[in-house]
Amino acid sequence: MKVAHEIVTPKHLSKRLDVDKVRADFPILKQKIHGKPLVYLDNGATSQKPQVVVEALNRYYTAENSNIHRGVHFLSEQATAAYEAARQKIKRFVNARSEQEIIFVRGTTEAINLVAQSYGRTFLKPGDEIIVSAMEHHSNIVPWQILCEQTGARLRVIPINHDGELVLDEYRRLLSQKTKLVSVTHVSNALGTIVPVKEMVHLAHERQVPVLVDGAQAVPHLKVDVQELDCDFYAFSGHKLFGPTGVGILYGRLELLDAMPPYQGGGDMISLVTFEKTHYNVLPYKFEAGTPHIAGGIGLGAAIDYLEGLEWQQVTAHEHALLTYATAALTDIKGLRIIGTAKEKVGVVSFVFDHIHAHDVGTILDQEGVAVRAGHHCAMPVMQRFGVPATTRASFALYNTRHEIDILVKGIQRALEVFA
Amino acid sequence: MSELDELYQEVILDHNRSPRNFRTMAQANRKAQGYNPLCGDQVTVYLQLQDGVIKDISFQGSGCAISKASASIMTAELKGKSETEAKELFENVHNMLTGHANGAEQDSPKKVGKLAILSGVSKFPARVKCASLAWHTVISALKAEKEVVSTE
Repeated sequence: MKVAHEIVTPKHLSKRLDVDKVRADFPILKQKIHGKPLVYLDNGATSQKPQVVVEALNRYYTAENSNIHRGVHFLSEQATAAYEAARQKIKRFVNARSEQEIIFVRGTTEAINLVAQSYGRTFLKPGDEIIVSAMEHHSNIVPWQILCEQTGARLRVIPINHDGELVLDEYRRLLSQKTKLVSVTHVSNALGTIVPVKEMVHLAHERQVPVLVDGAQAVPHLKVDVQELDCDFYAFSGHKLFGPTGVGILYGRLELLDAMPPYQGGGDMISLVTFEKTHYNVLPYKFEAGTPHIAGGIGLGAAIDYLEGLEWQQVTAHEHALLTYATAALTDIKGLRIIGTAKEKVGVVSFVFDHIHAHDVGTILDQEGVAVRAGHHCAMPVMQRFGVPATTRASFALYNTRHEIDILVKGIQRALEVFA
Repeated sequence: MSELDELYQEVILDHNRSPRNFRTMAQANRKAQGYNPLCGDQVTVYLQLQDGVIKDISFQGSGCAISKASASIMTAELKGKSETEAKELFENVHNMLTGHANGAEQDSPKKVGKLAILSGVSKFPARVKCASLAWHTVISALKAEKEVVSTE
C-alpha cells in the first residue's frame, strides 16, 4: 500500500488569494509595454484570458471543429456535446433553473437588443413606460430608445445621487401602472457602483413588471444567482468574464422566453420549414438562429471552469482590498477627484483632474506600461450628470496587485509633472 | 527627447494652458462643430470668410491638451490664409499626423510651418484624431457643411 506523504491544504483554509499563482495563469501579463511591465487596469473594457481558455479555443479549432446540432458524424457530435456542456456550466454558474433558459448571444448588447425587439415589440404599446437608470451603458439605453420609437412607449430614468448611487425613492415614484419593463445595470461600468437589483426586482414584481439586469460588469466580480435576484432576464458578456469576445449570455425566465417570438430567423431556430408555415424550435434554440460562435461558447465554459477552481470569497476579498488601497492612494493625490463614491462598489476607480484631460492622463500612463480607459465609457449621461467630459478609469480584476496600483500612482504623478 | 516629451512639448502645453483665439465670434459667416465620440472632445470653429480669405478665425470647446493646442495653433496659422492655402495646409498636416508625409522629418517643417510642433503625435496613433479634430472641423466650415463633424 502506498502512503501519501504530501500535505494537502484545502483551498478554503488558505485565506488569501494566491495572486502570483493566478498571474501565472494569464500569459499576457508577462508582457512589456514600452519597455515596462504591463499593468493591465482596463478590465472593465475587457478582461485578459487565462491559458486554459486560450487552449480550449486552440483545441477546438485543432481537433474538434465541426458544426453543431446537425451532423451525424463524430466531430459534429463532439462539438455539439462540448457546446452544450458549456451551456450547462453557464446554467450552474448563474444558477438558472434550466439550460433552456440560457441563450447564447454575441454579448450583452445583443442580449438586451433581443429582449427589446422580441419581448418589447410584442408586449409594449403606446404610452407604456420602460424604466432605466441614469448610470446605464449606452447598450442599455439605445435599444430601448429604438423600441420606444417603434412602439410609442416612453423611457423613464431613475436619477443618481452625487456619490453615484441610484435614488431608490425616485425609482419607487417612477414605478406605476404604465411601467411595463425595468432594465437596470447590476454594476455601473463608469462608476463601479453595485446596484441593489434584488430590492429593485422585488419592487417591480409587486406590480408584475419584469426586470432585465445588465450584468456585464457584475459577473467578473460578484457571485450571481438569478434565482436569488429573482430577475426575469440577466445579460452578460463572455469577454469581461475571462472568456472570448463575440459570445455572451441571455438568461431568461422560461415562461417569458416561451411567450416571446424569435429574434432572428434562420437555421437551428426552426423545427420544420415549409413555404406555408415554419415551426420554431424549442428553447433555447428558438433564439439561436444560424451557426453560433461555437469556439466562443466552449471558451466561455473553460473560463467558468477556471473561475470555479478559485474561491469566490478570496477573489472578492482580494478585489475589495485593491479597491480600498487604490481609493486611499488616489485620494492622496492633490487635485484628483474620484467620480463614483458609492458605499457598495466593485474594483473600479474613475477619476478626473480639473486641468488635465483624461485622454492625456491615459497616454502618459500608457508610456509607463499602465493600461486604463480614458473617455466617457459609453455612458455619456453619467459624464453629463457629473459635469465632466471624460474620466480616467482604472478597473481591477483578480490578477491585479497593490504593486500595480503603486505604479498607477507613479504614472499619475508623472502626468502631474508634465502638466505642472 | 522621449516620445512623450516630443508629444507634450512646451509650446503645446502653453497653447493648452492659454489657447489663442479661444472665443465665440458673433460676426462669423461660417461655423462648424466637430466631435470625437471616442473621448468626448468637442470643438466649434468660427470663420469670417471674405473673398475666399480667412479674415478671422476662432474656436471654442473642450478637449484634451493635444486637441486644444492643435486647434489653437491652427487658428493662429490660418488667419489671413486663402481657402486654397488652408486646404493645402490641412493635407500637409494630416499627412504629418498620420506619418504619411514623404521624408516627413525634413520636409514637413516648411510645408506645415509652426504646426510641425505636432509631429510627435504620429507616434501616438490613438491621438491622431485629437490633433486632427479642429482641422476636419475647419474644412467642414469652409465647405459650409451643416452636419456635425465626427472623427469616427
